[in-house]
Amino acid sequence: MRNKLWIFLALFLVIPVLLGTVSCAKKTVTKEEPKPVMAPAPAPPPPPPPVEDKAAKEFEMAKSEFLSDNIYFAFDKSNLDDMAQATLKKKAEFLKTYPDVYTTIEGNCDERGTAEYNLALGERRAESAKSFLVDLGVEAYRISTVSYGEERPVCTEHNEECWSKNRRDNFVIN
Amino acid sequence: MIKGSGHILRVATVCIVLLLPAVVFGQYDYIDINNPFSRKIPMAIPAFAALNPDGTDPALLKKATDILTNSLDFTGFFNMLDRGAYLLEPGNPVITSNQINFRNWTTIGAELLVTGGLSQTGSLVDIELRLFDTLTGKRLLGKRYHGTVDDVRPIILRFCNEVILQLTGKRGVFDSKIAFVSNGSGNKEIYICDFDGSSPVPFTRHGTISLSPAWSSDGKWIAYTTYVNKKPDIFIHSTVGSEKVSIEEKGINITPSWVPGQFTLSATMSFAGNQEIYLLTGSGKIIKKITNNWASDLSPSWAPDAEKMAFVSNRTGAPQIYIQDIKTGQVERLTFEGNYNTQPSWSPAGDRIAYTSMAGSRNDIFTIDLKRRQPLQLTQDSGNNESPSWSPDGSLIAFSSTREGPARIYVMTAFGADQRRLLTMSGDQSSPSWSPNLSKY
Repeated sequence: MRNKLWIFLALFLVIPVLLGTVSCAKKTVTKEEPKPVMAPAPAPPPPPPPVEDKAAKEFEMAKSEFLSDNIYFAFDKSNLDDMAQATLKKKAEFLKTYPDVYTTIEGNCDERGTAEYNLALGERRAESAKSFLVDLGVEAYRISTVSYGEERPVCTEHNEECWSKNRRDNFVIN
Repeated sequence: MIKGSGHILRVATVCIVLLLPAVVFGQYDYIDINNPFSRKIPMAIPAFAALNPDGTDPALLKKATDILTNSLDFTGFFNMLDRGAYLLEPGNPVITSNQINFRNWTTIGAELLVTGGLSQTGSLVDIELRLFDTLTGKRLLGKRYHGTVDDVRPIILRFCNEVILQLTGKRGVFDSKIAFVSNGSGNKEIYICDFDGSSPVPFTRHGTISLSPAWSSDGKWIAYTTYVNKKPDIFIHSTVGSEKVSIEEKGINITPSWVPGQFTLSATMSFAGNQEIYLLTGSGKIIKKITNNWASDLSPSWAPDAEKMAFVSNRTGAPQIYIQDIKTGQVERLTFEGNYNTQPSWSPAGDRIAYTSMAGSRNDIFTIDLKRRQPLQLTQDSGNNESPSWSPDGSLIAFSSTREGPARIYVMTAFGADQRRLLTMSGDQSSPSWSPNLSKY
């Protein structure tokens, strides 16, 4: 009697488990095939409210301007002329408007002079832009600097037009 | 393996006994490395003689002759006489004193004669090399070497070092190497080649920008600047093993330069705000700050006695070269001509500093002697010439030049003569750094 009860219990408990595993396994197999057919096309996400859309667009525009506007230097100089200061003021506004943005300023030189001195000069160029932004109220910890010396020219001809484009700080968003 | 380098044929003849004092005290009056007007000595090097003609590969004889001739010619000390003009007697090899008719050599103007003999047995070789003064008929040097066919170049270079030691009082450059930067792979990597530009091999494979290689004075380490961490840091790599350490302080870590005779490094670092030169242990720990000025201070280069350091500073508004006394801290300005003088390199003799001066948009190599403080221009009208680096004996300067279009490594004598390209590789080459003598012998 007792044995029978055990067997009964065993069947009662084990079989559903077995069935369960089988059906589970089946599920995973069958699930994949019918789903594309059965599932209705997901509803397109509702358009974001127009205010957010505008803000995102504004951010994208401001960001691309921030990234594309370099500041430029005279030969062997790291001081900021009026144009560089005007550009940096816009960058400070951008950084203050978007407090989540962290930036790296990359200091660069033209090919003249020598490589080691230009590494030092590139750092002074990046640092002078950083100091200016910090003076305008941007938190120092949001701004990194790196010097590339004369190693990353954007223009490779050997004339002043080209050199003036290479004596620059460019800005990267981290 | 090379072994058995004793004086050959030291048989008991009167000739050898008479020769000994000269050998012991050396013949340093032949060439004065520090004389800019020293005359090239006419030298004759007949083709290597086969000492056992049956077993010796003629191609190996030619190779040996070329290595010997090209290596001695590389020094710029000699005027190699045209082999076609030699008055050679047909028949047996003529390589020893008693065989040589010195009149045949003085007649064509040779003042020094180097003879070589080689016998090959399978992959083994015996090489005999001798240096003669043809005017006196004296043998200045005689060596016999034993090795394998692969040792022919190192054996001959070893003899060349002996020749230069005998004639100048200083070891030659034949056991030195040159580290440099090349972007042929698409990235600036450090390479190392032999003194004559042969066998260039990559030293770094970082796949980024690597710059400014500098040898430690025992030749066992090279420090260099690299962007492995996306900013300029200094890596110090063993040239014989795989050990490496790095200097990764905030800001720039650039222009590594070793202190002569010490496992000590100097470099420019900006972690404290200003770009200053620091003294560091060879494993990258800061010992102390050397310079102290609001301006950029960089590119240290040490006097051979390590008591003074030349460096670049823009403290007057433009880069000039300064010298700092390490004990007193006293700084004096060295260069006054031109408004862009950088890349100082202190000569091994201690009496001159080579540097790069920019005029217009062109760079040229100059030296300035420390007594008279007179600049001497070594390159001109030949593209951009940069990064002077002295050979360990102080007789040659390696530099980079764009005179043929792309930047390549060149060599000239310490007074600007015999400017020639060292090697041709794809891409641009720059920043040569000449090693110390790398062998013990």
